[in-house]
Amino acid sequence: MNAVDARTVTKNFGQFTAVDTADIHVEPGEVVGLLGANGAGKTTLIRMILGLLEPTEGMICLFGEPPGIEQRRRIGYVPQNLGLYTDLTLAENLTFRSRVFSAAPAPAPMSTGMSTGVVVKEQVVGSLPLGLQRRGAFQAALQHRPDLLVLDEPTSGVSPLARSELWDIIRSEADRGVAVLASTHYMDEAVQTDRLVVMANGQVVATGSVADVIDDRRTFVVEADQWAEAFAALDNAGRQPRLDGRTIRIRDDCDTSTRSINEALKMSGVVADIRSDKATLEEVMVELST
Amino acid sequence: MTWGTTDLTVRFDGEVALDQVSVSIEPGVIYAVIGGDGASKSTLLRVLAGLGLDHEGQVRLPPQERIGFVPSHGGVFGDLTVDENVAFIAAAYGLKNWQPRARELLERAVIDRFGDRLAGQLSGGQRRKLAGSMALLPEPQLLVLDEVTTGVDPVSRMELWRIVAGAAAAGTAIVAATTYLDEAERAEQVVLLHNGCVLALGTPAEIVDGIPGRVTDETTPSERSNAWRHGRRWHQWHPPGSTSNTSTSNASRTNSAHQTYRPSLEDAAIVHELAFVGASE
Repeated sequence: MNAVDARTVTKNFGQFTAVDTADIHVEPGEVVGLLGANGAGKTTLIRMILGLLEPTEGMICLFGEPPGIEQRRRIGYVPQNLGLYTDLTLAENLTFRSRVFSAAPAPAPMSTGMSTGVVVKEQVVGSLPLGLQRRGAFQAALQHRPDLLVLDEPTSGVSPLARSELWDIIRSEADRGVAVLASTHYMDEAVQTDRLVVMANGQVVATGSVADVIDDRRTFVVEADQWAEAFAALDNAGRQPRLDGRTIRIRDDCDTSTRSINEALKMSGVVADIRSDKATLEEVMVELST
Repeated sequence: MTWGTTDLTVRFDGEVALDQVSVSIEPGVIYAVIGGDGASKSTLLRVLAGLGLDHEGQVRLPPQERIGFVPSHGGVFGDLTVDENVAFIAAAYGLKNWQPRARELLERAVIDRFGDRLAGQLSGGQRRKLAGSMALLPEPQLLVLDEVTTGVDPVSRMELWRIVAGAAAAGTAIVAATTYLDEAERAEQVVLLHNGCVLALGTPAEIVDGIPGRVTDETTPSERSNAWRHGRRWHQWHPPGSTSNTSTSNASRTNSAHQTYRPSLEDAAIVHELAFVGASE
């Protein structure tokens, strides 16, 4: 049975359709990454899954049932702003949260490296580094041993090592059968997930692995000794170049060809090598979102 | 003209925040500053923005009016409209005939149609793009960006980086702190800070090549304290001379998928941090 089953879900706010006939499911033990630009509908979809908003049309089931108090008790949620009381200590936050859920406080999740030890627990949350605050928020969300973990930008703003420790916690939960739905803006993080769901303009526009989402999309790569002149020429020609070190990348769409790039460069007297490369997930995301 | 620092040390209440940091900053180059909580990325950026922190060592900067700075929060006046924000900067710097450049910057930031909107009513990504456009209006020689893309969606991030890359192409030196390693991977130079020290400095490829030992891809790590998740698999660091660095380790015997793997910049940043922590224990 799926932990989340959303079928042709639509949410309108007046004339505005925030989520448009979206389908999404999350199986136990699976980590699903939710990607999308601002306004894509991710937050509205998450709020419907959490039971904070009612769908205008369509249906959401949690653990095979319409979302009720019993189903919601099985959710652990870490919002982007962490949902901790910053003027309470971490220990006070954990105690408060465990009492709300009538749950015995669970031990800190297993992870390598730093642990939320006694010293940290007695510090006011607002005084802790962001990495430790995030770990604390995870601990608070996991205390009642949820079967579904919903994470909004779970590692935003932390270092690579701290991020790896947070993903260790997430994966450990998935390994014990917890379904995980995590939204992220960080494309490199997509490799941590089992499956991606990409939203744009309220709709689910792509699903699958990173390779599935990228599909056969290509990007032009422009290499020139005079990279700065080449960049300026392509920028002025409205080609929306991106810089990668000293190479330039340009979306391969129906308006762009080796010839049109060469023409733009020739006007500035720049000679360049142009080749085709596989698009990155970020480039595909932007293409799907615009 | 080259800017930068030599043996820069900054102390706050006697505690060392930056420890003999030397970085050379050249025109037209994008430098990404990466590192975790307490790495002192912001302190380095504040020095480079010419904010006058007490320090030891040398700091070489362009004239203050040729330095652009976007702090990690703010950088715009929320109670002014987009156009008023830009006009204020133009007046403060005494710019002449600034309107065409302002129009172009706002167009590239895709916020030109919000001229009458209060900056406080823009989305997070739009506000960051406005702050970047304002910092670039006086054509700075050095632009300092403190985690301007944290929490910003991929489309706005790409637009922001296009403006920044355009400035670099026009000769501006860019120093940008970021927590997104894919952004750092696209910078020409990367500065990896940890506890106020420079752990690594160079192109992204040089930082990856410079890690001690090697990294393997595993289904089950033989030493979890040196391993981190990569989806359902693990990446593991084998320090030089470690026992697990030989082909007879448990992992390689039991795991046919055990293989040396070309680390990403994210892997390299983790390894440098693990090596630093290991060395100081």
